[in-house]
Amino acid sequence: MINLTINGLDVSVEEGATILEAARFLGFPIPTLCHREGLSPAGACRLCVVEIGQGQNAKLVSSCTYPAEEGLNVRTASVRVIKARKMILELLLASCPQSKKIQDLASAYQIRQQRFKQEYDDCILCGLCVRMCEEQMMAKAIGFRGRGENRSIGTPFDVQSDVCRFCGGCMYICPACQLRCTYSEPEKAICGGCANLSPPCIEKEQYDDMMCYMKPCVACEIVKDK
Amino acid sequence: MENNNLMTLLEKTDMAKGRLISVLEKIQTMYGYLPEDVLRTLSDKTGHSLVDIYGVATFYRAFSLKPRGKHLVLVCLGTACHVRGARKIAEEFQQLLGINAGETTPDKEFTIETVNCLGACALGPTVVVDGHYFSHVTVKKVRGIINKTLEGLDTIDIKTDKRIFPVKVCCSVCRQSLLDSSYLIDGYPSIHLNRAYNGKRGWFRLSSLYGSFNSASEFEISPDSLYSLYCPHCKKELLEVSQCPECNAPMASMLIKNECTIEVCTRSGCRGHMMNLNQINITE
Repeated sequence: MINLTINGLDVSVEEGATILEAARFLGFPIPTLCHREGLSPAGACRLCVVEIGQGQNAKLVSSCTYPAEEGLNVRTASVRVIKARKMILELLLASCPQSKKIQDLASAYQIRQQRFKQEYDDCILCGLCVRMCEEQMMAKAIGFRGRGENRSIGTPFDVQSDVCRFCGGCMYICPACQLRCTYSEPEKAICGGCANLSPPCIEKEQYDDMMCYMKPCVACEIVKDK
Repeated sequence: MENNNLMTLLEKTDMAKGRLISVLEKIQTMYGYLPEDVLRTLSDKTGHSLVDIYGVATFYRAFSLKPRGKHLVLVCLGTACHVRGARKIAEEFQQLLGINAGETTPDKEFTIETVNCLGACALGPTVVVDGHYFSHVTVKKVRGIINKTLEGLDTIDIKTDKRIFPVKVCCSVCRQSLLDSSYLIDGYPSIHLNRAYNGKRGWFRLSSLYGSFNSASEFEISPDSLYSLYCPHCKKELLEVSQCPECNAPMASMLIKNECTIEVCTRSGCRGHMMNLNQINITE
């Protein structure tokens, strides 16, 4: 067993456990996007950052990939952690505003503005679908392609893969395209925040920088302020 | 026929995990790019999933999934080259060849690609054409580079390159001169040898310029195979003294002025060669 301290509480976990598992065992909430039980950890979304070490040596690490160490002192919600997490969420929101999961997280972390150039990607490259396809569906039909700003997820040569069984696992697990996958007809989607029957976020042109699907809805707050 | 090439390549290569990049490099050398059907065959035969192969092939800039032209022009746009006007040089290439970076001319002669650093920053702006480095390139020099490429970059210019000089060699066994002034390579008498491979025998001529790799032969042999070299006068095999520093194949030795030796690798396609200036005893 390994003994470590999380937010001042002593906890002992089995060897091989990650900081994330130890913190969740104690009940400390750590938000994650790219982590799923049953899939190997990737450390891609960086939302699960926690602070370890003391003084000069204090650093931020992704708790989903960092194995628990003897005597480790972990802070899951220090000022630095929250600041980093807010920045990550803001960036995620800038790339994938349509995702309800990201919007809810952003709302929970009191993000009320969008300082970055708004894009409307439908992928945050968390790799959940790639791992789902490989580890749970044993298919390896999709994978990462390219590098840098051209990095994308898809099938080789952009053609229907021979090994894909149309299981839909990749769509099921995706945190970014939830709207598309959960509601086959977008007009039936109801905003969680303001129960708007014609949510502006479905049409990209109408969307601008309003955040729909948030609790509370930032779009409504922006309108109120005006 | 092309698939047979791939099969022999795969049979020869150990496809353990972690060897994927070297195999892809070999395929790229063989075809000039990575054809889709070859990658699919590779995936079937080796057990690497197509997703992984495609991921690696698209990750590295060195690999191309599109056919490339006969000549590959790499224009460096790294920081040091950029501040010396590499952008304008790239534009000049694009304008003269009528294509954008990453594209191939319709006659399949040229492909332009931009790279982010070639590691030769002091020589910048740098342009590499088919492995030949051009340093301190200016916009005015671009047309010259294209013309030189069309003429052939492998032609040896002995007047301007001091590293290249002619050598007079003789057989290490019978000490007769191997130079043949009736057949010129690079404008100099060629080194006349006989070559045997797979039961076939024929003449084989090397350039007598040290530093030139031009050669001519009566029959072509497949790359990466070993052959033996014989003296055309005494018909004896040229003595093999040492191993090639590049591929460990035996090297055939010839004498210069009866004193020092020059050795060439006997593997086709290998450019391994050595000059030994110390007087050594060659026992017959």
